[in-house]
Formats: sequence, structure tokens, C-alpha cells
Amino acid sequence: MAIEPATGPLVRVRDLRVSFRLDKETLFEAVKGISFDIPRNSTVALVGESGSGKSVTSLALLGLLPPENTIIHPGSRVEFDGRELLGLSRAELRDMRGADISMIFQEPMTSLNPVFTVGFQLEEVLKLHMGLTGSKARKRALELLDEVGIPDPARRINAFPSQMSGGQQQRVMIAMAIACEPKLLIADEPTTALDVTIQKQILDLISELQKRHQMSVLFITHDLSVVGEIADYVVVMRHGEIREQGSAKAVFENPQDAYTKALLLCRPQLERRPVRLPVIEDFMQGPGPAHLEERPRGIAPSDPIILDVKNLGKSFYSREGLFGKREFKAVDNVSFQLRKGKTLGVVGESGSGKTTVGLTLMRLHEATTGEALFEGRDILAMTPQQFMDYKRRIQIIFQNPYASLNPRFTVGQILIEPMTIHGIGTSAQDRTELVFELLHKVGLPEVSFYKYPHEFSGGQRQRIAIARCLTLKPDILICDESVSALDVSVQAQVLNLLQDLQDEFGLSYIFISHDLAVVKHISDEVMVMNEGQVVEVQNADELYRNPREAYTQRLLAAIPKGWHAS
Amino acid sequence: MAINTATLKGMRPAPREIPHTVSPGLWTLAWRRLRADRVGMVSLAIVVAFLILVLLSGTGIIAKDWSKEVGTNYAPPSFIGADIEGGTPAVPGSAPATAAPGAETLASTYRSPVVDPIGDVIAELKGGKPADAPAVAGESKTVDPLADVMADIKKDQAAKGAAEGKSVDPLADVMADIKAGKGTSAAPAAEARAATLPFGGDKWGRDVLKKTIKGSETSIFVGIASAIVATFIGTLFGALAGYYGKWVDDAFNWFYSVFNSIPYLLLILAVAAVLQQKGMLTIILILGLTGWTGVFRLIRAEYLKHKSREYVQAADAIGASNNRRMFIHIFPNVSHVVLVQLSILVVGFIKAEVILSFLGFGVPVDVVSWGSMLNEAQNELILGKWWQLVAATVAMATLVTAFSLFTDALRDALDPKLKGLAGH
Repeated sequence: MAIEPATGPLVRVRDLRVSFRLDKETLFEAVKGISFDIPRNSTVALVGESGSGKSVTSLALLGLLPPENTIIHPGSRVEFDGRELLGLSRAELRDMRGADISMIFQEPMTSLNPVFTVGFQLEEVLKLHMGLTGSKARKRALELLDEVGIPDPARRINAFPSQMSGGQQQRVMIAMAIACEPKLLIADEPTTALDVTIQKQILDLISELQKRHQMSVLFITHDLSVVGEIADYVVVMRHGEIREQGSAKAVFENPQDAYTKALLLCRPQLERRPVRLPVIEDFMQGPGPAHLEERPRGIAPSDPIILDVKNLGKSFYSREGLFGKREFKAVDNVSFQLRKGKTLGVVGESGSGKTTVGLTLMRLHEATTGEALFEGRDILAMTPQQFMDYKRRIQIIFQNPYASLNPRFTVGQILIEPMTIHGIGTSAQDRTELVFELLHKVGLPEVSFYKYPHEFSGGQRQRIAIARCLTLKPDILICDESVSALDVSVQAQVLNLLQDLQDEFGLSYIFISHDLAVVKHISDEVMVMNEGQVVEVQNADELYRNPREAYTQRLLAAIPKGWHAS
Repeated sequence: MAINTATLKGMRPAPREIPHTVSPGLWTLAWRRLRADRVGMVSLAIVVAFLILVLLSGTGIIAKDWSKEVGTNYAPPSFIGADIEGGTPAVPGSAPATAAPGAETLASTYRSPVVDPIGDVIAELKGGKPADAPAVAGESKTVDPLADVMADIKKDQAAKGAAEGKSVDPLADVMADIKAGKGTSAAPAAEARAATLPFGGDKWGRDVLKKTIKGSETSIFVGIASAIVATFIGTLFGALAGYYGKWVDDAFNWFYSVFNSIPYLLLILAVAAVLQQKGMLTIILILGLTGWTGVFRLIRAEYLKHKSREYVQAADAIGASNNRRMFIHIFPNVSHVVLVQLSILVVGFIKAEVILSFLGFGVPVDVVSWGSMLNEAQNELILGKWWQLVAATVAMATLVTAFSLFTDALRDALDPKLKGLAGH
């Protein structure tokens, strides 16, 4: 490497302003004049919720913003190693991207080309940017795969992306990113799509590589708790502005900005369980969060059982050969009891069968074996006509509020439809009145009635989905990763809403999530699942304090501890 | 608590009267996008103009008497001027006039104002004052490439005496016979026939412009009607196959594959043979029953995609029946695909109708369509009578091009992903 003046920060961003042209008249200012540095040999975390402008900032660094509709204001400066990046031509930027700056994305599955082996894709990068060919490139590719912790690289180098797990794919992406020894690695939510145990491994890997290669990392995330373990510096963004920046220690231990404080506190934590989660508004306006006292949780043997599931099994079959069938047991011999008015949390990594349990209880899939006794009657054995009455009483809230509402229906139509189907309410007028009450209940303005789902934000849509379930006055609500797709602050609001509804109507929840902190916050009892089977069922506090099974222990150890633990 | 809600209810305005702005739905947004598309709007205007024409002609307001023989045989377009030999002077009374040197201008000055709205302009274009006959002849040379030849022939004929009715048209004698037969049965005293028509006349002296309008009616009606039939079948089958999957899907796919394995034209001929009689309805059925396959594949794929979406699962969870999910929930979400397919099919079927009628498998002889006009034009071209060909071709090309461009604009307007504007 050439001798360089190792003075000054690696990247210096000054008054960066980026606007998008939405149509002829309207401009949207996504980044409103931000300044920060990325020092050499350190990790900077850029934290913000959706719409904060954090991704736009990273794309501006890479010169990847679409030139057709982007305006970077003339006063903006982005210096990399003393060189101004904003005026560079596309070709120059491309060379920089390969050699000096590289990037890893959120979804490894879509970033790798599925029709080429990972070895081929790695060697291509080496050939393009380092000029390595043939056996040299091969050798280097093997080294890289070994470095990012792919087991048996000599064999795996010929694997296709689809033959690898999500975590391994992300490792390959990292191998490609560090192949040319970049000075700056930009990681855009690299662990968001991964399970908690894998997330931990990838975070460790990134931090280890940063130290070994003495590079700088710009780590972009919405989750402050992830940042605590790896970042040296933290930049908190909101609505295109920097709210606070400083060393990780300062930001975590003594946050100055109300928004930073809110972000730190509104995420459910393992140690505390407030009656209500603090939300951003509590900090930004008003006196601060209330109801922070500890909420008692847990079940007693005397609590009445509303749903008794015995030996539930669900198999999927794939064809093998001409006549053969291969059985895949998504859910295998699962038994549990749901107590009235309580919440059963179901946790597990992807592929553990937790979602299948929910869908099978709703009979959106037919169960292969087992029974589910609802008030003593097996709902899995009923005819569809008999089940119709019970269908009303078990409802489900899906993960993705963008996908679970019909985009061609107004909110009013969405909410009235279930009542029409089940004959709730006597007249259209009556139903409309009910809908207005429900909108009020879930905290949406009444004009929402006439709007379409796309006019709402993610959190508001999830409220609509919740209101749709409530129209049927259910007894059991299955929440399938219902808050996982939401921003931390919105997540807190929706969790509070769910809690309020449980307090008011005595609903029983089956709360399915991969997020152990959220499950801890909302659940009385927790069931841990792995590979279709129940690992253990415990009272929530007991499970987190004294996990019995090795798998549960591993899962709990992988939870990001935020700043305090490190 | 109960009291509380009651008072709340009382205080709140009746739900339906809450002031609100109407949120634009998909169609409103699509229309806004379409309106911004200049090419799309121009082509839409052309398509609408054609549709209005079809409507007017269908209700008999215009082009009702298209089959009336109003002009001389192969009467040339007014902007060219009458041939002296062109039409066999079927009307004895007009024969001397035709033979006279000034006949051409006479004809245009006397008759064109009646039939031809642009007659005056044409007269001006010709630059000739009515009396200035030689000038007109000179002018028309520049317009008509065949004018020299014609002029020679004319001179010959003038010398011989045109009253004999001798003509260069090899079929003219036969025609004359047929006409004589017709003339006696239909119109006892044949009215005076125009020597020129706005866009010329055909073999029997029928007005090509009116024929083109009537032909548009047939072709466009057949195109739209059969596209609707095909889209309906394709959508229904596609929805059933895609939604139910499993053996239903297999069954529809087998049917589709068998159907698709037969060469298209042969299939059409086979259906035509089975349906026996010729007619508009037959041709609509033929095209409709054979053209659904593309729509089927597309809609089936859309339903496969949508049925596993969360909003459909959510509809299942609230107890919506299969039919409800299929047609009330999923269908509005694929309706834009259906509409674009319909639009593509209309263009395809208009062309298909033209081909079929051209080949003689289309509309019966007493109905005119662009295809049958093109068929007639084959023979006429040999004689240098190009106007029927041009009229049908221009009409067809204009409509098909406009419709295709409109389809593209429609797809752009309806598919938010292409434009990256709609949604969130």
C-alpha cells in the first residue's frame, strides 16, 4: 500500500443536502445538511428509523443515487481520504467503489446472483479489481471464504447461493466486500434479515475483520441495541437531520437528545417490563414517560384454559421421483395450553415452525395430526360450516401490514366486511358506527374510514389490521410477527395498544416472534420452538432467568445486550 | 361506560357525514397518470373518435345507405376528378354531358357540394374556375399519375363517341349486364349517379367513404366483442385454475395445452366449419373461443401469486368464502392486467377479423368490413383503382396504431412499478 498521510478522518461529510424530485413541482428534502466524520480504523454507526435519511446518506457516499431525480445541493462536501467524491465521474466512482469502498446489503439472497457459484462470483470481483486470474484468484477466494468462517471452503466454493443458509450467504457477501482490502466498508442493515444467533456471529465477524484489516466501517441500522456492541461512534438521525452524535459511550450512557433517549428506552428490554412502553412522543413533548412501574406477568395453574393444543403436527410433502413423496415435518407433536386473558409467547428461529402453528390453528393450513380444544371442542376436526362460528373467535394479525390489507379496499370496506360476513350488527348504519368506535379505539382519526391503506404508515396499517380483528370480537388473537416489520418507536406504540386491548377485553394472545426482548415484554408464558418441536414452555420470567435447555440458553446469549453488557 | 359511549355517539355527527376528501383509488390515479401522457391522450382521442363513428354508424345515423349505388362504377375521389371513361355512363341522360369536354368540372361543381364536404376546397385546389376546363385538365395531371394515359384514352373515346359505353374495364360489360338486371328490379328510374365521390366509389359505384365507415363498424365491433368474450373466458378459467390449484389447475392446463397444440388458423377454420353459417356472431364466437389462451396463462399466474398473499389469507381468516376471495378480493387487484389484456386482444382481433374476411372466412358478402374491402381491392388495383385500398388501409392503420399506443399508455398508467410513482 502506498504511504498515505494518516491524518484527519477517512471520510469527512460536510453539510450534505440531498433532495428528490417527486414530480415537476415537488421536491422532497431527504437529507437536510448533515456533517459527520468517519475516523480511520473505527466503526461508525448511523442509526435512524425509516425515513431518517440514513440509507440516502450511505448511497450518496457511494455515488449510487439515481442522477435523474436526485439533487445534491452545491454546498455539500463528501471527502474520502482528502478527495472530493461528489464531483467524480461515474467511471471514477466505480473504481473507488471496488477498491476503496465496498458495501454489504440487508438481503444476501437478492444480492448474490443465483445462477453462479459463490466461487465464481468471488473470483470475478478479484479479477475486476485486483487483476487476479486463474489459480491465484482461486487461492485468494479460498482464503477469503476461510477468513469469513465458511466451513470446508474447498468444497463450499463450488456451491450455489441457494445451497447456503442465510448466514453463510451474508458471509460470502462480506468476503466479496473485503476482497479488495477496502478502506471503508459500508454495511446497510446487514443483520436485520437474520436470526438472532446468526446476527451475533455476523456482528462478531464484522468487528473482527475491522480490527484485523484496520479498515473503517459505516454500520447503518435502525436498532440501537445492535450498535452498542460494535460501534465506536454513533450518529443518530431523524427526518434527515442529525439529532446527536458522539462516541458510543457518551451516546449510550449520557444521551443528550430527547429522541436518542426515547430510542434507547422505547425498545423492550430484558431487565425491565414497564406497564406501558415509553414512546417517542413521551420524550419529544410532554413530561416524559409515565407508567414505568414493573408489570407483573406469569400464569398460575389455576388460570382457566381457553385453548388446549395436543400433539399438533403439520407435514408438507414434496414429490420425489415418480411416485415417491418426501415428508417434511414443519410442526411435530406440539402441545401447549393458552390461558384466558394471558399471552403465550412463541419464539424460535426461522424454520422453527412457529408461524405454521399459528396458521394451522386458524385452519389456514389443515393440520396433519393432533387436536386443539377450544372450550372443549376440537376446532381442527370441525366441518368448515361448524368452524365458521369459531373462526370469528380466533383471529390473526400478520407480520407485514403492507401486504395484509387489500389495496383496493378503503379502510371502511376493510372493517365492515368481516361484520357483514358474520352478521354482526343489524344494519349498515350500525356497522359503520361500530367501525368508527373501533377506529377511535386503535387511535386512528375518523376520516381514515374513507382512505385507502397506501395512505397510511406501517404502524397505522398495523392498527387497521388490529381493528379488523376486533370487529369480530375475538377471544384469541394470534400475532404472527406483528411488530417485527415496524420501527422501534412504532413497535412500542403497537405493543402498548395490544396490551391496552388485552386489559380492556381480556383477550388471549398467542404472540409469535423471533425477537426475544419483545416476547419477554408481552408474554406471561413463553414457548421456545426449534425445528418444529417444542424445546421448553415456561413462565416468562422463569425462562429468561433460568433457561433449562441448552438451545434456549444459546438463544438468550445471542440477544444484543446494548451498551451496558459490553 | 355505556352512558359515555352513548353521549359520544350523540355528539358525533352521523358517521356518513364526516367531512372528508375522496381518496383517489387506483383508477383515479391511473387516469391522472394517463392524462399526463401526451401520446396516450392523442391515441385515446383517436380511438374514441373511431368508437363514436362506430356508434353513429351502428345506430344508422351515418353511412346507413352505404350499399346504395350512388356513383358511377369506380367513381374516382372528388379531389381527383371524374374520369371520362371511368364509369360506364349507366345513366343515359348524363352521357352527353360526360362526353363533353367540360364534364369533369360540371360534375364537381354540381354534385360535390351535396356529397362532399370538402368539395369546395378541392375545387380551389384544382385552381380552376369552372369555365376553365383546360386548366383543370392540366392540374389533374399532377395529381394523378395515370392522367396521361387516361387523357389519351379519353381522346380516343371522345372521338369514337362515348355513348357506346365502350370502356377499358374488361369486366365492364358484365357489370353493365348485372347492373341492368339490378337496376330494373331495384330502382326503376335510376337517379343521376355522381361521377365522383368524396373518396371514390367501388365496382358498383358505392361510396367508399361510407363503406369504410360501415367497415369500421364491423371490424371494430367484431374486435371488441370477441376480445370481451376471450377475456371473459380466459379470466374465468385463469382465476379458477390459479386459485384452486391442484387438480383443477391440472385439468385447465391440460385443456389449455390441447387447445394450444392445434395450429391457430386451422382451429379457426374448424370452428367455422362446425358453426356452419357465416355471420358476425359466428366470427365473434370463433375469435372469442380460440383467443382466450394468452389471457388464461397470465391471469392464472396472477391468481397463483395473489392467493398466497397475506391479504387473501386475512380474508380467509375473517371467514370470506372462496368466491368472495376470488372475485371480490383478488379480482380488483388483477383487474388492471385484465384491462390491458383486453386492450391488446382488441387490436389483435381487429387484425384477425381483417385477415379472416380477406381470406373469405369472415363476414358474409352482404356485410362490409375492412377485410372484405381489402379483398375487393385486390382486383381493383390491377385497374389502378387504388382508393378503396387506401381508404381501408388508412382507417385500419390509424385505429390499430392508436389502439396499440393507447394500450402501452394504459399499461404504463396502471402499472405503478414501471413508473415508480404510486403506492407508498
